[in-house]
Amino acid sequence: MNKNCECGRVNPYGTEVCGSCGKPLADPDSNRLLNMRYEGAARRSQIYSTSIIDKIWNFFSSVKVGIGIIIVTIIASSLGTIFPQEMFMPPGETPEVYYEEEYGGLGQVYYALGLHNMYGSWWYMLLIAALGTSIIIASIDRFFPLYKALKSQRVTRHKSFMKRQRIFGTSRVEDVDHTFQAAQDILKKKRYNIREENGHILAEKNRWARWGPYVNHIGLIIFLIGASLRFFPGMYVDENMWVREGETEVVPGTSGDYYVENQGFTYEEFDEDDEIFADGMEASAALQFEETFRTDAVLYRPEGPLGVDQELEEVDRHPIEVNDAFHFDDYTLYQVDYKLDELKELSFEVEDTETDEVVGSFTVDLNDPDDTYALDNGEDVRINSYFPNFYMNDENMPTTENDVPDNPAFIFEMANPDTEALDHTFLGIQANYNVSPDQEENRYEFSLDGFDTNDLTGLTVRKDNTIPYLSVGGAIFLIGLVQGSYWPHRRIWLQRKDGEVWLAAHTNKHWAPLKKDIDAITKETGITAPRDQIDDEYEKGEDKDNS
Amino acid sequence: MSLSMILLTIAFFFYLVATVLYAVSVTGRKWRNKEGRVTGNNWGLFGYITAIGGLVFALGYFVTRWITVGFAPVSNMFEYLTFFGITLSLAFVIIYGIYRSNVLGVITLPVVMLMIGYATVFVTDYQPLQPALQTYWLEIHVLTTGLAQGILAVSFGAGVIYLLRTIDLKGKKMTKRTFGVEFIMYTFMTLFAFIVLTNAFNAFGYEAQFAYVNEFEEPAEIIYDLPPIFGPNEGELLSSDRMEPWFEMPDWIDSDSLNTTAWAFGSGLVLFGAVRLITRRRIGTLLQPFVKRVNPDLMDEISYRAIAIGFPLFALGGLVFAMIWAQIAWTRFWGWDPKEVWALITFLFYAAYLHLRLNRSWQGEPSAWLAVVGFAIIMINLIFVNLVIAGLHSYA
Ligand code: HEM
Repeated sequence: MNKNCECGRVNPYGTEVCGSCGKPLADPDSNRLLNMRYEGAARRSQIYSTSIIDKIWNFFSSVKVGIGIIIVTIIASSLGTIFPQEMFMPPGETPEVYYEEEYGGLGQVYYALGLHNMYGSWWYMLLIAALGTSIIIASIDRFFPLYKALKSQRVTRHKSFMKRQRIFGTSRVEDVDHTFQAAQDILKKKRYNIREENGHILAEKNRWARWGPYVNHIGLIIFLIGASLRFFPGMYVDENMWVREGETEVVPGTSGDYYVENQGFTYEEFDEDDEIFADGMEASAALQFEETFRTDAVLYRPEGPLGVDQELEEVDRHPIEVNDAFHFDDYTLYQVDYKLDELKELSFEVEDTETDEVVGSFTVDLNDPDDTYALDNGEDVRINSYFPNFYMNDENMPTTENDVPDNPAFIFEMANPDTEALDHTFLGIQANYNVSPDQEENRYEFSLDGFDTNDLTGLTVRKDNTIPYLSVGGAIFLIGLVQGSYWPHRRIWLQRKDGEVWLAAHTNKHWAPLKKDIDAITKETGITAPRDQIDDEYEKGEDKDNS
Repeated sequence: MSLSMILLTIAFFFYLVATVLYAVSVTGRKWRNKEGRVTGNNWGLFGYITAIGGLVFALGYFVTRWITVGFAPVSNMFEYLTFFGITLSLAFVIIYGIYRSNVLGVITLPVVMLMIGYATVFVTDYQPLQPALQTYWLEIHVLTTGLAQGILAVSFGAGVIYLLRTIDLKGKKMTKRTFGVEFIMYTFMTLFAFIVLTNAFNAFGYEAQFAYVNEFEEPAEIIYDLPPIFGPNEGELLSSDRMEPWFEMPDWIDSDSLNTTAWAFGSGLVLFGAVRLITRRRIGTLLQPFVKRVNPDLMDEISYRAIAIGFPLFALGGLVFAMIWAQIAWTRFWGWDPKEVWALITFLFYAAYLHLRLNRSWQGEPSAWLAVVGFAIIMINLIFVNLVIAGLHSYA
């Protein structure tokens, strides 16, 4: 059911404004302002509505639906910030307990609704997917009709097209040809493109800005696709590692291809008496002001045949700081955390209670203790048990929480030459007990003699192969945004009708500058200032729109 | 006082004078030109020159402070709020250059002063930068975002003018619209009252120190800068001659913040009530003489234009630069930190605004309300998220 216009053009069904002469086809007798958003061209979503595909298409191509999705996303996103998300919870907490304990009943509700892990939830992802679908369909639905309409627009315009533009005026001038020439020159100076046809003029500028929204939507889609690539295996690595000073560890997530050594860790605080910052630091609630923390890192690759005797060969070295990561291959090592002064070694002294003499001393590497230590008197100390992070469990048995030597404790074993039995001594920080099986007297007494500490660096290993897609998407998005926002598409029609000069003008945004352009014409020629018909229009509410 | 603070004070007074000049220009008599046509008067031009003068001094503050501390002064509440005030005045200067709207000065410049005034409530001393901020990305990201927010805030100014111009505030009955306008007025009076109050107590060196038991059940001390209505958990007043708190708060409430908030909203309410009682009119009507001759359609366009300029800039600074920096400093370009989420919300909100405007029935008054909400979202991210939400995390 195509529509034949009186100018001879055959317009597809659904066309509101003839693509050729501009005659309003939808409600030809009205004098309301024309809706110029898509030049009155027919869009798929307005034409078909029977099949299920049509219905889905029409749903997602609606701007109202699009805005609805955006608003639901806004509300959901803000709810997620009321309490911290699960990922910001202090380590070692369980969410069931944490939210109730910290935030009471509200916290419980928050957890029950799943808001504690919102941004990764299936429905949040579904929301983003719907947003993407909506952008794609709405853009396709509009782009092609708009493109065709703008491409095929003729200079000569129907009278009612002119009358129903927001800016419209008629004037009688003495010499039409002369006036048109003058107007044309002014508009050319203002960088309008001029087209002439049958003595009519169309002055147009910045049509390319109309593609801005479509360019930016394409950018958004590329960005969203890029973001979803993260879920494909091999695209993304996120691991954490701790490395003690002087130690070399395999870099997790690299399948054993890389090792990193922490050659030294540096930590500095701002000087409390700093000339400039002293007052500010004192006024702040913070207790310390970190200035720098840095790991002098060395990267190795295992070389030679697979097996025990692979050699580590240095590949690269780099001091890692916040804002200055270590890049290699597809991976990046970031400085994220540290732990200062972790216990590294404990030294013990052993005294013979019979002679009151020190019979020897030994030092235990807390991260790699030996089984036995030989004393000067020829006796051996054996480590019966080692608890790096000691605590007494529910059954009142000594245990360790993990293998981080934050609270080391030992049970040492030594042969008692008097009784031939084994002395057992429990030794920890501020703890020293005789734990021999029969509670007999121990001959040897242990005491803590010294300690040594070192620093740990906390590094994050990251590989993110989605970034190129995101960068391209983001760049296209910004280009489209600027293209569509900073240049308005303006058109001015000057036509000879009934011996008069008719002027109409349209811009897709910002009318004040367009009026200035027209002022320049009216000032220099006999054309009188057109009216802004919106000033007379009070039918706002009735305005059916594209949505 | 340091040179930078002196410059800022001078800038503040320039903004004040510019506001007065603009106010005169919109209420004062119009001048006629030779042909007898009304052409307005020159007060607007004087206002513009003074506003530019204020901007120059404000930039002087910014540059001198930058030189002293060695990084762009945008790293704590005082610095950032001040910067926001400056970018708002810069955005005003730009947009006034396009539209020559004097009344815009009458509304936006007071907001600039309120922002700078509010900034001084926080610690104004220089504070050092934590390692994550020690990079030129601080300048790239924050300066762009701040400028974008300043420009977006102009749309709020124009929106408020639109509302004052088109809504009937004289009618007896309270409607949603009159309530909305009065609420905006109340918010600004609250901010004003709060600034005056804290600066006054500060000037007299008011301090009330408490020993109390904090949320970790450890003894701690706290200093109140305003008289304690709400005291801390098991608080014991250490300062002499200070009022005892009226209410004691449990340990999980930050009693000092609650006390400050109560003072702010309370004093705002007193001021608001007093003005209403004395004038026997809605506060909005007191501003209506300034907007009488405004063309609402032009205000709608200015408000929209500001968003059209500010939105891409915000996307650049607040999202793209933010993501690049987050990737460099925090290992991931996006981490759903509250500050990030609120930047996304700001972005989505203005995107919704732009799409709503595609429909002509959303232009005009609905757009003006949306511009107000957009500004509220920016303020939430600036103040609330910094002071309340982000305080729960290791970094702010
Ligand atoms: C966060 C997501 C989105 C962003 C950032 C965005 C951005 C934009 C921008 C900046 C414009 C130009 C507006 C103007 O210049 O007045 C625009 C136009 C448009 N957008 Fe979106 N958009 C988004 C989502 C959507 C969705 C979900 C739809 C689906 C209905 C949609 C449909 C449209 C349409 C139909 C236009 C008008 C195109 C034209 O004027 O030719 N957008 N968009």
